[in-house]
Amino acid sequence: MANEFAVELQDVVKKFITPEGNELNAVDHVSMQIKNGEFFSMLGSSGCGKTTSLRMIAGFEWPTEGEVYIEGKAMGRTPPFQRKVNTVFQSYALFQHLTVFQNIAFGLEMEGAQKDEIEKRVKHVLEMVQLTGMERRKPKQLSGGQQQRIAVARALVKVPDVLLLDEPLGALDLKLRKDMQLELKALQQQLGITFVYVTHDQEEAMTMSDRIAVMSKGKVQQLGAPVEIYERPANKFVADFIGDSNFFEGRIKSLSKEEAVVFIPDLNAEVTGIPVSQGLVNGEEITVSIRPEKVLISEKPMNQNTFSGKVTNTVYIGTDTHVYVDLMGKRVKVFEQNRISRLDPGSFYTVGQDVTLVMMPENVLVLKKE
Amino acid sequence: MLKRLRENKSAQGTLLATPTMLWMIGLLIIPLLLTLVVSFGQRSPDGDVIYSFSLDNYIRLFGYSTDCDNGQASCFDPLYLQILWRSLTLAFNTTVLVILLAYPLAYFIARAHPLRRNTFLFMVLIPLWTNFVIRVYAWMMLLRTQGVINLGLGWLAGLFNIPFTPLEMLYTPGAVLVGMVYEFLPFMILPIYTSLEKIDNSLYEAAADLGANGLKTFARVTLPLSMPGVVAGTILVFIPVMGTFIVSDILGGRQVILVGNLIQRQFLDARDPTFGSAASLILMIMTLIVTYFYTRKFGFGEEIVVA
Amino acid sequence: MSHDPAHLTIPWKGVCGMNPHRRHPFIFSSAMLVYVFLYAPIIVLILFSFNASRANVTFEGFVPTFSDKVVMDGSLVKASPCGPFHWFCELAKDKDVAEAAGNTLTIAIVSTLVSSVIGTMAALALQRYEFKLKPFSQLSLYIPIVIPEIVMGIGILTLFSQLFGVINGSLGLTGDSRLSMGLGTVIVSHIAFSVPFVTLVVQARLQGFDKSYEEAAMDLGANEWTTFRRVTLPMILPGVLSGALLAFTLSLDDFVITFFTNGPGSTTLPIYVYGLLRRIITPQVNALSTVWILTVFSVVLILQWLQTREAKQH
Repeated sequence: MANEFAVELQDVVKKFITPEGNELNAVDHVSMQIKNGEFFSMLGSSGCGKTTSLRMIAGFEWPTEGEVYIEGKAMGRTPPFQRKVNTVFQSYALFQHLTVFQNIAFGLEMEGAQKDEIEKRVKHVLEMVQLTGMERRKPKQLSGGQQQRIAVARALVKVPDVLLLDEPLGALDLKLRKDMQLELKALQQQLGITFVYVTHDQEEAMTMSDRIAVMSKGKVQQLGAPVEIYERPANKFVADFIGDSNFFEGRIKSLSKEEAVVFIPDLNAEVTGIPVSQGLVNGEEITVSIRPEKVLISEKPMNQNTFSGKVTNTVYIGTDTHVYVDLMGKRVKVFEQNRISRLDPGSFYTVGQDVTLVMMPENVLVLKKE
Repeated sequence: MLKRLRENKSAQGTLLATPTMLWMIGLLIIPLLLTLVVSFGQRSPDGDVIYSFSLDNYIRLFGYSTDCDNGQASCFDPLYLQILWRSLTLAFNTTVLVILLAYPLAYFIARAHPLRRNTFLFMVLIPLWTNFVIRVYAWMMLLRTQGVINLGLGWLAGLFNIPFTPLEMLYTPGAVLVGMVYEFLPFMILPIYTSLEKIDNSLYEAAADLGANGLKTFARVTLPLSMPGVVAGTILVFIPVMGTFIVSDILGGRQVILVGNLIQRQFLDARDPTFGSAASLILMIMTLIVTYFYTRKFGFGEEIVVA
Repeated sequence: MSHDPAHLTIPWKGVCGMNPHRRHPFIFSSAMLVYVFLYAPIIVLILFSFNASRANVTFEGFVPTFSDKVVMDGSLVKASPCGPFHWFCELAKDKDVAEAAGNTLTIAIVSTLVSSVIGTMAALALQRYEFKLKPFSQLSLYIPIVIPEIVMGIGILTLFSQLFGVINGSLGLTGDSRLSMGLGTVIVSHIAFSVPFVTLVVQARLQGFDKSYEEAAMDLGANEWTTFRRVTLPMILPGVLSGALLAFTLSLDDFVITFFTNGPGSTTLPIYVYGLLRRIITPQVNALSTVWILTVFSVVLILQWLQTREAKQH
């Protein structure tokens, strides 16, 4: 490949005028580099700028500032039909007045492909999405899952440099969605095409992506592999948005080369032995976070990072039991895996029971204040 | 050039709307302004317009007359005010009657079985597709002294041995009212139907569930929810009735003169376009005032477009 | 009717429990009376087109016999080459009617074509684009709805007569070369009152139209024009067609605007009929009305049939 990056966004801003007449930065100085052949996801809640970013790559919107590069070429105001990227729409946008065959052939006709070549390629791509024999149906005669595959086939038949997917599985039910996630991932690995995937579903992003850009308020909050984003969130937003977290406000009490000690006023206690990340200053106000599944409930107190509290509520959700513990008026979530099969799961812990919580220092994260 | 147009969405929009806007400005707005200008003008002896700024036409319209019986130079002649008032009351009466006739039918169609609804609706549209003039003519045949209605009444009277003299129905205000009601009835049925059809059945069930009987459900649920249709229908009926001149011309003879007839005669018989323009502007202002107050009270429903 | 067993097999809202289609006798009977009111005049009109009486005041029975020549007895037609269809044959021979029919169709077809095209363009502009004059454009579409037709009619009449006066005067045109009212002015005026309706109808259809279809087409390599031709137009075609149908019927039905804008040689059927009504009325007028009603009715029936067939295919 000529370029390492399939898509590159350089300091891109997209301003919209709201109906009230205010200016809004839907995308606010976003830069990211999407590598060739990777499965890249943009993850965030609605209005975070992920779809607008995708639409700027597709060419449906033009950046107010900054530049979008595809395969190293600056796109400027190149219209969508002159870009070698294709989109799978959230609503699928299958042409209702055309058959499945005509829908898939549409893009090839636009390239001026020969009739027999079109037929060959449509047949091939239909095999790929396992919908051979559906050529003459109209989109309305297909199930939601089938329509979704046709939408993918219609985009893939053009063999784009980059395939853009805008929440393509949003309309499907949970089971089908899980199957399609694996199928899309397999398709991507088999074809080696760069996928840029927009979703608000963190589990979906985690399942499929090589790398994820977590977005909020038009900005990229963190960009990295799923494991990095989950285990080393860059800030409180990411820690909160991806998975569950317990947060405590704190202050760095002492700092050595290897470890830090943090004082948490709410608990009137210290957490010691925390691995040090870069850029921390002694005495700095910070946020401490720990994942609920990484808080341990212990029978007897240990010598450090141990807190005693009272169980206020337990919720059985099948794989786990969520235990809510009151630590000096602060509620802490603890996820305990249900490793043993038994009825009456409430008897693991009962409301009002005194428990001891242990936060292992390697599980505690120190997050800078915004 | 093409590239610049491609990037300028606003220019694309303007370009697409231009032909229609040319028509709207050239054949709606400019003629209206011209009417305004002409209405302040004076009539030349051979029926042309002398442009000036004179309020004579409006003064004349509101009762000032120089053609007096008792030899005075000027006097009050309510002739034109009477015509305006007659048109207004006729439009009002027509609208009320049309609502009374249209509502039950619209309700009937809206609550008919879904498979039959289209047929019933279609039956309302068919008379609309026969020509406006032909429909007036049909009533002429019915209302004549020897017309079908008198024939039927005479036959009934004969059956019961009652002496019968044919009723003089044609060329009366009543004939004009019937003609107007007939002409514009479908324009009320369609919007009322549209708004009734939109009412979700669960609302009727909810009303029944909350203890409302049939009549109460109608008064508290159906009627308020169908008001947008009634409003749209009223606009579609009231405004044209105010301006129509064929119905009164054919069914009213020389007896029932409305603003429409007045204007038409100024342009074609009396050849005084300045006075006709003034009358036409007064007509327009009257309808705009009525529509304004009416829609301000009830809103301007989208049903108007559907019809 | 609402209790026949066939209904039970058709699911509709509220089929269980109370029947929403239960009919109140008052509603039913008043609805039927309104239908009688709507149809009685038309039926009488059609019946009288077979009247043997030339005076056409009372119905004197059908023209009884066929013969080579028309045989009259006073005002009664005793025999005719066409028998009961005497007045239809008279109608067919009438050159004025043929000319008026030709004019009516020409005006309706040309004004429908033009107003459908430019109205659809305007609807796209109003629904899809932001531009400076948009609020004004949208508002101006409502003018023909809230202003009586006669006001529009005399306004256009004044415009044309003044305009033509100025042009003829300044160019020194005389005789036949002078600009005057005719087919052209009628067509232009018909477009003026049709366009707002076409625009509003197409606009209403566009409201439910997802923009992503067009984006998908562009994404697949179609430029703006191809996108419009291959995707947008086929998808909004039902809306455009119903707008065109509306424009066509408005044009066919129009009396007032035509009345003020026509000239020598551009008489339409409604104008022609209106002229007859003010003179002697023979059953030929009824025959004309009958032909008109049946033509429109059958055209609409065919269109409906095509539409349901189309709907069934999808």
